Amino acid sequence: MKPPPFSYHDPDNVEDAVALLGSLENSKVLAGGQSLMPMLNMRYVLPDHVIDLNRIEGLSYIREAGGSLEIGAMTRQRDLEFSELVSRRCPVVREALLQVGHRQTRNRGTIGGSLSHLDPAAELPLICAAHDAVITVQGPEGARDIPFADFPAGYMTPAIEMNELVTGIKLPLWPAGHGYGFEEFARRHGDFAMSSACALLEVGADGKITRASVAVGGVATAPVRMTEIEQGLVGGDGSEDRFRELCEACRSIDAIGDVYASAEYRQHLATVMSRRALVKAYARATGA
Amino acid sequence: MGEKREITVSINGKTYTEEVEVRFTLADFMRQQLGLTGTHLGCEHGVCGACTILFDGQSARSCLMLAVQANGHEITTIEGIAPSEDELHPLQEAFRDNHGLQCGFCTPGMLTTLLEFLRDNPDPTEEEVRIAISGNLCRCTGYQGIVAAALDAAQRLREANGA
Amino acid sequence: MAPESVTPASGSDGGSLFGRSVRRIEDAALVTGRGRFVDDIRFPDAAHAAFVRSPHAHATIRSVDVSLASKVKGVLAVFTLDDFRPLLAKERLAVGLPSPSYRQERDRPVLAGAEVVHVGEPVAIVIAESRYIAEDASALVEIDFDLLPAVADCRAALAPDAPLVHSDSPHNELAAFELAYGDVEGTFAAAPHVFSDTFWQHRGGSHSIEGRGCVAVYDGVREKLTLFSSTQAAHSARDVLVDLLGWDETRIRVRTPDVGGGFGPKVVFYQEDVSTALATMLIGRPVRWAEDRREHFIASTQERDQYWDVEIAVDDDGRVLGLRGSMIHDHGAYTARGINLAYNSALVVTLPYDIPAYRMGVTLALTNKVPSTPVRGAGHPQGIFVMERMLDRAATELGIDRAEIRRRNLVPAEKIPYERPLKSRGDTFVVLDSGDYPACMEEALRRCDYDGFRERQARARDEGRYIGIGVANYVKGTGRGPFESVSVKVGTSGRVLVHTGAAAMGQSTRTMLSQIVAGQLGGDMDLVEVVTGDSDGVPIGIGGSASRQTVTAGSSAAIAATEVREKLLALAAIMLEASPEDLEIAGGDVRVKGVPDMKVGLGKLANSVGGTPGYTLPGGIDPGMEATGNFLVDDLTFCNGTQVVEVEVDIETGRVTFLNYVVRHDAGIQINPMIVEGQVIGGAAHGIGNALYEWMGYDENAQPITTNFAEYLMITAPEMPSFDLSHMASPSPLNPLGVKGVGECGLVPATSAIIAAIEDALSPFGARLTHSPVTPAELVALVHAGAK
Repeated sequence: MKPPPFSYHDPDNVEDAVALLGSLENSKVLAGGQSLMPMLNMRYVLPDHVIDLNRIEGLSYIREAGGSLEIGAMTRQRDLEFSELVSRRCPVVREALLQVGHRQTRNRGTIGGSLSHLDPAAELPLICAAHDAVITVQGPEGARDIPFADFPAGYMTPAIEMNELVTGIKLPLWPAGHGYGFEEFARRHGDFAMSSACALLEVGADGKITRASVAVGGVATAPVRMTEIEQGLVGGDGSEDRFRELCEACRSIDAIGDVYASAEYRQHLATVMSRRALVKAYARATGA
Repeated sequence: MGEKREITVSINGKTYTEEVEVRFTLADFMRQQLGLTGTHLGCEHGVCGACTILFDGQSARSCLMLAVQANGHEITTIEGIAPSEDELHPLQEAFRDNHGLQCGFCTPGMLTTLLEFLRDNPDPTEEEVRIAISGNLCRCTGYQGIVAAALDAAQRLREANGA
Repeated sequence: MAPESVTPASGSDGGSLFGRSVRRIEDAALVTGRGRFVDDIRFPDAAHAAFVRSPHAHATIRSVDVSLASKVKGVLAVFTLDDFRPLLAKERLAVGLPSPSYRQERDRPVLAGAEVVHVGEPVAIVIAESRYIAEDASALVEIDFDLLPAVADCRAALAPDAPLVHSDSPHNELAAFELAYGDVEGTFAAAPHVFSDTFWQHRGGSHSIEGRGCVAVYDGVREKLTLFSSTQAAHSARDVLVDLLGWDETRIRVRTPDVGGGFGPKVVFYQEDVSTALATMLIGRPVRWAEDRREHFIASTQERDQYWDVEIAVDDDGRVLGLRGSMIHDHGAYTARGINLAYNSALVVTLPYDIPAYRMGVTLALTNKVPSTPVRGAGHPQGIFVMERMLDRAATELGIDRAEIRRRNLVPAEKIPYERPLKSRGDTFVVLDSGDYPACMEEALRRCDYDGFRERQARARDEGRYIGIGVANYVKGTGRGPFESVSVKVGTSGRVLVHTGAAAMGQSTRTMLSQIVAGQLGGDMDLVEVVTGDSDGVPIGIGGSASRQTVTAGSSAAIAATEVREKLLALAAIMLEASPEDLEIAGGDVRVKGVPDMKVGLGKLANSVGGTPGYTLPGGIDPGMEATGNFLVDDLTFCNGTQVVEVEVDIETGRVTFLNYVVRHDAGIQINPMIVEGQVIGGAAHGIGNALYEWMGYDENAQPITTNFAEYLMITAPEMPSFDLSHMASPSPLNPLGVKGVGECGLVPATSAIIAAIEDALSPFGARLTHSPVTPAELVALVHAGAK
């Protein structure tokens, strides 16, 4: 279990990285290495070139601008976990991150890497789905923004060109006091989820839900926004029975099944995770 | 032989300048090329945690890094934890006194992981300790001795710092 | 968990070392990174090995072409069986333990020749300047395979029209035997109640965090081969090499450095060991091989599947009258150890209980999978599971409390020693030698507040929570003989050198032996040096398996150390002109009690019997300050215990969490309670893994589908309970120390108790669990089925 031979490139700016991506055949981009390195060690991938982004300055930042949280692609999961700004303005990110792998992997793993790898069970893409995040990618022609809804092109495949690089993520912020909940079911702490759910709620003074976002991960080939649940929530109250009823919609998600969890079990878990996330979110929104 | 690069890296306070194959993992570089065999390889796919080191003070799996990526960085391994040849760090003492190791193969990763954790969280709960080592597999102890050792070490370190 | 007081490993009051939580002598090196494991051994000119393995479960090899691989820069050689043949006296590793029940011999070839019979079987070895290059080249070895049908399921293997695991076999039956006593037919014919069940039990690999590994060095001048190996049995590794090479044993030395966990499979001698040794002779340089985790999944032996059909006969009061049935055991493609795994399973079923009649027919079926051999527990957990689950079944059917039915059937204390007309592997009947099983269970129940549980359960259900309790008793034979060799020698430096055939793989063997030896020789463990796992250290040895070493090696060490002590005292008595009774050993000296200045150093005493040319030895004493102990024991000593487990099941997700985990345990006299505790809890953790997490999966073509730690789940710290561990200490009458083995014991009842607790939690849904491991998905399905 040793990496195969490859040429190593470590550009110090995005333009050079993109140029290398465009010119080198059979290359792989190395960010935090927590997914690529195991695949190299197991020789599941055999690239001729590895392009390491770790020397590029300016891709690691967390800032609030224009009503969004802007995060550089090379920002480590650890930096998000410990960011005061993130905890204050977008607390569900931290709640989700505590389920992401382990301390040692979060110290290296990056948000850009997670989005580019796009594991259907990964937590950060789910957060992006729930927030209608915008992904910024850079190619030879310059940068462009991709709404997260259009970002997954298929199983573990982002809708970006071979010569494009994810450089940043914008998470549109919800107003202060919004409710949030992140729930997942994994066999062990830190494992990829068999099902996960992220819920965001705004609740009026009368207890009625005025805005809702519910996303489910680990069930389909990419995170799924549950618009049917969202529409059913708005205008209603926060009773768990109502949540339970609405979350039944998860049983119709086009689910993946494998020897570890059948499609049916994942759908079932999604009903439970989304309900529990909603209960948590509603309680937080109402200060209960 | 494959492509090589010269790197300079500080490990346990000592500076090494070496030419290394670019595909060498950091773990193999330390173990094979430098003879620093205290860091162990248990799975080489980033799950068991035996190869955990401190990279610029932060825990990281050295099987999931390339040696070239360590150029210009500082690394601490199990060999660099004790204050001197004949003294142990309180965490090492606590491991010995609480039977926090049996075969000792996972120990390098446990110690480095907990060193970082106890620095950030000097007064942890048992549950926090368990989560802190969730990325480190031990087949011998059932973790009970390790958890006890971590809590004991936290207390020793608090006392040492408070005194 | 922390022992009340940890004693530094030095002192002067030797007698009191025994029974105390002395610090381990292993730890100082291991916590500072100065341990020396097999992959840490460095020879400057060592080459690295990688193996080319079969990707198919069953195929004929038409040809192997190594030409491309050989041309890779940095590759020194690529060898197949043809290259090794000239060096071999035998081509197969004859390692199976003897038994009359074999239907066919299936020893492993050194490397596969004409046929491969499991995924992972080694076909060629590549030697290169680095492991990286060796792996590059191994991908270029071209093997032309003709695929053959593979057998994945051990039940299907026995069907009359099943494909053959080996194409030259008459059938797939490897062995068959029956264990029985009492009037089984009569009992069942007359029984008021008979209940039957089927069980599937699965266990996985050892997954020591260190894989296997070896470094082979050949000294062409002395014509001597040294194999450094992470083996649990250095002497038997040497003996297999002697057999394969046809050499005399003085030319082969097997040495074991620090071992990063064994848990069973490292007791086996493997194709990789001999291939690495042969390669070093052919290339004239030392050769290193370190197993990686993927290889551990496909090429290290493992435990796997057993399928049981069982009937239990009980009377109206829940007294068990008899138990009978049959079992099919997945043996894998070769015999890498013996039939002992299946034998242990069938032997242990009824042991904790006073059951008059028993018969179990066992068939070992060949499959196209890596061989199965013991993993910590060695078949015992499966046998215990059958008994405990059948007791729960009978209790449910008859409306008797689960603890109560056990009370009515446990072997009562007054019947011990209790002979059971079943033979263990040797030729002697099983005798439960000491212990009070009912008292053990009662205390475990009390510590879990068993009597208050049903009320807790009812309250929980009112809150919509599902909790359950499970109880399991076990006994396990430990201390398998016939002996383990230990020599104790005082050197002229005054240091005490202990050599043993016992192996150290994390169980604190060196601490255990120095504690015993130092106890006799002055109490300073710092003066004692223990060398384990060196085939040149003592002439004969057996090694680490079957929870045997404290019983066998510990007793031998006590005998040898006592003999040396007596000699030291006798000699010092002459030199100090005192009576031996007035002397004591302390601080590296023998001295007159109460007159500390009248003393003579241990080194000087050793020197005086070391012999000076032309001078007579004092007082007619034999030369050398050395003794060897070979304590002989044929009978197993049985440890016992009870685990009571309280769990909560989240019926929406199937997640199981532990609310209470009580372990009550009797391993006889404890030499070092801290170490005993670590062994028991480590074993229980492994048992939790077997109940809830570990599954070594194969598809219908016998292709392994769990070959990394993301697919095969090892338990981690957050899922573990905190244990309530307590002990009884019934001395074993079978050895001078009164000790019993402990290495596997915490594991043996764990799965039974956990599965029972889960079943109890889900009893409102009519759940019945007859297999392990169980998955959350299965539990949710049970809930849904029961709720309909």
